[in-house]
Amino acid sequence: MSEGAGVEVKSTSAGAGVVKDSETSEAAGQKVVTPEYMFFEAPRERAFITGSEAAKEAIRRANVDVAISYPITPQSETMQQVGALWAEGYVKEYYRGEEEIGVMSAIAGSSRAGARSLTATAGPGLMRGMEVVASWPGGRMPIVLLIMCRVINAPLSIQPDNAELAYLINTGNIVFHAENQQDFFDYTLKAFIISERPEVTLPVAVAVDGFFVTHARGYVMMPSKDIKLPPRDPYHEAVPVMDNENPPARLSRDAPIQKSNFISYHVHASWQQEVWAAVERSRKYIDMYMGGLVEIVNPDADTIVIASGSAVSQSREAVRQAEEDLGERIGLIKVRSLRPFPTKELREACKNAKRIIVPEFNCVGWLYRDVAAALYGHSKAEIIPGPRVFGGISLPTEMILQYIFPDKKFIF
Amino acid sequence: MSMDNLKISPALEKYMTKEYRDLVERGPYGKQKKVSEMGTFKEIIEEHPMCAGCAMTLFIRLTMIGLPNPEHTILVGTAGCGRLALSQTSIPFIYGNYGDTNAVASGLKRGLEMRFPEQPKDVVVMAGDGGLADIGFSTVLHSWFRKEKFTTIMLDNEVYGNTGGQESGMTQRGAILKMAPKGKKYEKMDMLGLAKTANVPYIVRMTVTNPTRVASVVRKAVLIAREIGPTFIQAYTSCNIEYAIPTPKVIDDAKSLEAERYGFQEFISDEAKAFLESIEPKKAKATKSTEA
Ligand SMILES: Cc1ncc(C[n+]2csc(CCOP(=O)(O)OP(=O)(O)O)c2C)c(N)n1
Ligand code: SF4
Repeated sequence: MSEGAGVEVKSTSAGAGVVKDSETSEAAGQKVVTPEYMFFEAPRERAFITGSEAAKEAIRRANVDVAISYPITPQSETMQQVGALWAEGYVKEYYRGEEEIGVMSAIAGSSRAGARSLTATAGPGLMRGMEVVASWPGGRMPIVLLIMCRVINAPLSIQPDNAELAYLINTGNIVFHAENQQDFFDYTLKAFIISERPEVTLPVAVAVDGFFVTHARGYVMMPSKDIKLPPRDPYHEAVPVMDNENPPARLSRDAPIQKSNFISYHVHASWQQEVWAAVERSRKYIDMYMGGLVEIVNPDADTIVIASGSAVSQSREAVRQAEEDLGERIGLIKVRSLRPFPTKELREACKNAKRIIVPEFNCVGWLYRDVAAALYGHSKAEIIPGPRVFGGISLPTEMILQYIFPDKKFIF
Repeated sequence: MSMDNLKISPALEKYMTKEYRDLVERGPYGKQKKVSEMGTFKEIIEEHPMCAGCAMTLFIRLTMIGLPNPEHTILVGTAGCGRLALSQTSIPFIYGNYGDTNAVASGLKRGLEMRFPEQPKDVVVMAGDGGLADIGFSTVLHSWFRKEKFTTIMLDNEVYGNTGGQESGMTQRGAILKMAPKGKKYEKMDMLGLAKTANVPYIVRMTVTNPTRVASVVRKAVLIAREIGPTFIQAYTSCNIEYAIPTPKVIDDAKSLEAERYGFQEFISDEAKAFLESIEPKKAKATKSTEA
């Protein structure tokens, strides 16, 4: 590589090469619109873009104050592009943090300052930052975290695998799982608004399967880039923002777990209950903005596939093949929201099901466990764990069909 | 905070506690108090659950007096003894995960600067030696390298106090503590030297023996952090429990350490010095640029 290839050196004094002042840029001309207009009414145009680009385009319209980045495959491209948005004036503050504990902590700081805050990570980065990510809900911090899932366990690999979500879904973070580029665009934008609702005031993670979505192109319908979401209003949230614009009370935003006594145990316990109650209260907005926690295809079928993320796309195709090639109608439930979990919706949809198949992109089967726990005692269906692929292996539709039709033989 | 937020609504006056009314009428908000005035004004911290006689509590108390604008300050702490008192201050206090202070403060300060471009908001980190030099090492150093504009105060008791007396990176070589049953094998970490390497513009090493100096150093550190860049105070605040220092001897211990190996050192960059002189011409003269 030639010296300085790809590196553009910018002089720091005003002059040639300096990024255009945001005052005069396109970013400054963005008009604030209501979430409803952005989500439902604004005319949309179709683009053929990667998942990373879809995330970038969502962030461009999300009125983000602070974004903090750290590279990790397959996430790097997204936060790099968010850096470009900052240079163009679409994002107000941006820097590359020292590593993920630092980044997740700094994002907690900016959220507590009242700023709309964003970061993104993948696999090992999420695991490294997990102590902090798991503490955000208790701090009642509106934050959006994008996760481009990848292998977390040894041997080291950068391939898609979403085992990392197994613990995340038990932390009190709201967690959405995007199927494709369109979802990634929509869920990301909606995540900011849901996260900041006063009765929610919680971080929202939007997960997507690495490479399959981040690095592949898909069609995305997007509103114009000259509109953006309204800014965060930190004075209408569940807890006071840490900007010292409050009366000088003793204001420690964390539950007083500092003493070992019965009061502290009860405070901690009720605090956790309240976090999970807030997760439940987000349902209303998921219904309103995202069309519900689940999408259901062929609800009355005997056999139903329940999946989230990329596994939905593969299942959709398997369901189509089953109907067109084999003449069998198979049901499909796409789980959009992993937390809150669609317990009620699954019980209703699976009332009459005979067999349920849960394909996943991980070895441990966290979705299977949740599905089984939700349906236990509420459905007579046999719930089949799998098929599962992991470590980067793709999920051929024939593999899903094999689980749907155990008596037939499929080649994959 | 806006002074309007501080005021009590007339309808609520008779219900507010004496403590709160004192804060409004005789508190340090909007007016810098002096150590010599202690006892005549309502302090930001008055009660705490730390061990009796702990030097750290005295240092924290003096720090609160030194803050130039407590009404626009946010404290960031972490696991460790100090947060037991810090959480009792009438200033917003953030207590996140152990060792995260300087990362939290980085995001916080930037977020506040963005939201309040016309109103300086001071961010002050106060954490133990374990919190800053061991588990938080990377976030501390990186916040300095990134020139984040906040103050870091290390409450250096040379031990993990809160977990019951284990060796830390800031423990003296040879000290016998938990997890160092044969005595610490390595030198005390040179955080002051590292701060210099990172070009921190204001670096101080001190103890609690001179209360006026503590408040004045804190004031300078916060003002410099506001305009110039990161500032660092490393304060010896003994742990009388783990080092078995009898409570009445805490100040004697600090004095003897000061004479032996923890003498007052103040390093100030030329830029920081010029800045202080520009805002307080007389006071800054007293500041000598000494090696840290
Ligand atoms: C991730 C993590 N590791 C370890 C701990 C346990 N821990 C809590 S306080 C503490 C020691 C604090 O020592 P120091 O920071 O020196 O402050 P001091 O109590 O001495 O003031 C430790 C190790 C923790 N809370 N979190
Ligand atoms: S354990 Fe040591 S540092 Fe902690 S409060 Fe007690 S005396 Fe102070």
